[in-house]
Amino acid sequence: MTGLDQVFVTLKHWLLGQLANILPNGLLPVVSVLLSIAAIIMVFASLFAIMTIMERKGLGRIQNRYGPNRVGPFGFLQPAADGIKALIKEDLVPRAADQVVHLLAPVMLVVPALLVYAVLPVGRNMVAIDFDAGLLFFFAVGAASELAVFMAGWSSRNKYALLGAMRAVAQMVSYEIPLILSTVSVVMLTGTLSPVKIVEAQAGHAGWLPDWFVFTPWGFAGFVLFMIAANAEANRSPFDLPEGESELVAGYFTEYSGFKFALFFLAEYLSLFAVSGLGITLFLGGWQAPFAALDFVPSWAWFFVKLLGLIVLFIWTRGTLPRLRVDQLMNFAWKFMLPLALINLLTAAVWHYMPPGMPRWLVGGALVVGPYLMLGRGLMAGKHISKRTYRYAE
Amino acid sequence: MLGEGIIKGMAETARNFLGSYVSDDRLTTVQYPEERTPQFENARQFPFLVFDGSDPLKGLRCVACQICEKECPPKCIYIVKSKDKRPDYKGQMQLYPVTFDIDLSVCMSCQICVEVCPFESIKMDTAYELSTSDRFGGLLVSKPQLAKPNDHYRKIHPTDAALSDAALAAEVAKAQAKARADAEAKAKVAAEAKAKAAAPNPVAPVVAIA
Repeated sequence: MTGLDQVFVTLKHWLLGQLANILPNGLLPVVSVLLSIAAIIMVFASLFAIMTIMERKGLGRIQNRYGPNRVGPFGFLQPAADGIKALIKEDLVPRAADQVVHLLAPVMLVVPALLVYAVLPVGRNMVAIDFDAGLLFFFAVGAASELAVFMAGWSSRNKYALLGAMRAVAQMVSYEIPLILSTVSVVMLTGTLSPVKIVEAQAGHAGWLPDWFVFTPWGFAGFVLFMIAANAEANRSPFDLPEGESELVAGYFTEYSGFKFALFFLAEYLSLFAVSGLGITLFLGGWQAPFAALDFVPSWAWFFVKLLGLIVLFIWTRGTLPRLRVDQLMNFAWKFMLPLALINLLTAAVWHYMPPGMPRWLVGGALVVGPYLMLGRGLMAGKHISKRTYRYAE
Repeated sequence: MLGEGIIKGMAETARNFLGSYVSDDRLTTVQYPEERTPQFENARQFPFLVFDGSDPLKGLRCVACQICEKECPPKCIYIVKSKDKRPDYKGQMQLYPVTFDIDLSVCMSCQICVEVCPFESIKMDTAYELSTSDRFGGLLVSKPQLAKPNDHYRKIHPTDAALSDAALAAEVAKAQAKARADAEAKAKVAAEAKAKAAAPNPVAPVVAIA
C-alpha cells in the first residue's frame, strides 16, 4: 500500500540518490526542484490535453453531436493533432502591436499558472514546496495572471482585445474577493495557511462522513462560492465575457496566433486545474480517501479522481449555462457572492465555537440557507422575469 | 427559488448527454465521407454539355451559338466556333464548338446558361466533390470533361430530362412535318410545272420577263 502510494516520492529519491554520485552536492537541491517541475509540467500539460478532448466530446454529446471522432481511436488523439497544428501555424504579430509586451504576455500568463502548483499537495508527501504561507503564495502568484491578460489586450492594439482585457480585469478583480473570502473560513478554522496542514486537518471520519470541510454548512457554502468564483477566475462559460466569441472574436487574445494562442489556452486550463486543485485541498479533503476502507487506493489517485470530477462539473456547467451580461456578472459578484462570503465567515466562527451536535448543524444550516434565500429573494424582488415574447419572430 | 433554473438546465443537458449514447435518433450528424444524404432532384452544382449517341465529341448538342457565353454573369464560359458545319440531331447543318471551357473557380452555379440555351445542350450536374490539387489547369474544365451523355441527365434530373426529351422530340417531329410539307409542296410545284409545260398555251415569254 505505502509502496504504491509513495511510488513517485520513492522514484524521485532514488533518482536523486543516483545523481548524487555524479553531481556536486551544491547542485542537488536545484535538481530536486527541477525534477518536481518536470513532473508537474508533464502531468498537468497532459491533463490539459485530456481535458480538451473530454470537453469537446462532452459538449458535443450535450448538444447531440459526436464531437471530434476522426483522429485516432474515437478521436482521442485530437489534442495531438491540434498541438501540431498550433506549432506549425504562422505566428502573426500586428504591425501596430507593442512587440515586446505582445511577446511576453502569453509567457507571463503561463508562468504564474505553473508556479501555483508548487504549493499544491497532489498526494501524501507530494508537494513541490511545503510552504507555510502556501495559500497566500497561491493567491499572490495567481493574481499576476490579471496583469498578463491586460498586457495581452493592451499590446495588441485591437479594440476587441482591449475590450476583452478590460472586461477580464474587471471580472477577475471582482471575483478574486469572493474567491479569497471563501477560503478564509478554512484558514480561520484550521489556523494555518499551509495547504499540506489544511489537508491533514481534514483526515479522519465523523460517523460515515469523512471530515472534509465540504460536509459542514460553512464548508459547503464556501465550496460552492469558491467553485463559482473559480469558474469566473478561469474565464469559463457562463463567465466567459472577456473572450466572448460572439462579441469580441476571442477577447484579449484576438491578435494571437499559432503557438502563442495555444499558450493562452494552456494557461487558462492550467489555472483552472490549479484552482480546482486548491478547491480540493481546501474543501474536499485533498488527497484523502472518502472512506477508511478505500485507503488502499494511492493518495495521488484520489487527488486526480477528484480533479477529474471537478473538471466534469466545469464542462457540464459550460455546456448548460448561457453567458451573463456584464451588469449581471458584476451584480452577482458584489451583491450576492460578496455578502454570502462575508456571512460565511460568521457561520464558520459560530460552527467553531458551538459544541458538536444537532444544534450546531441547525444553526449553521440556517446561517447558510437563510441569507441565501433572503438575498436571492431580495435581488429578484424588483425584477419581473417572464418568458420572453417576440413581436415578429414565432 | 434562486438557482432552481440552473439545476433544471443541468438535468436537461445531462439527459441530452446520456441520451445521445442511448438513442441514435438524437445524433443527426451525417458522417460525411462515409455517409451522404441523398441529393434533392433539383440540386445543381456545375454545368455539363449533353451529347446524344455514343461519341461524346461528335454527339454534342451545342451549336456554339454563344448565348450562354454572353449571358453568363461572371463570364466563366469560353467558346470558339468551328469553321465547318455538321448535321445536328434534326439533320440540320450547324456549327459546333471547337473549344468549350468553363472556369470552375468562377462559376457561381446560377443556372442562367441552362435557362437561355435554346438547344437543350447545357444542363446542371449534381456532382459536388469538385476539388482538385491543381489550382490552375485543374479548375478549367474543358469540352471532353464537360460532355456527358443524355442518360446521365435522365438519371440525375428525371423530370427535367423527360421535359427536355419531349421538347426535342417535338422539334424533330416539327422538322419532319415541315420537311414532309416542303416535299409535298415541292412535288406539287413540280407537278404543276410539269402540267404547265405540257399545256398548249404559250406563256413562256411572260415567265421570262418575270
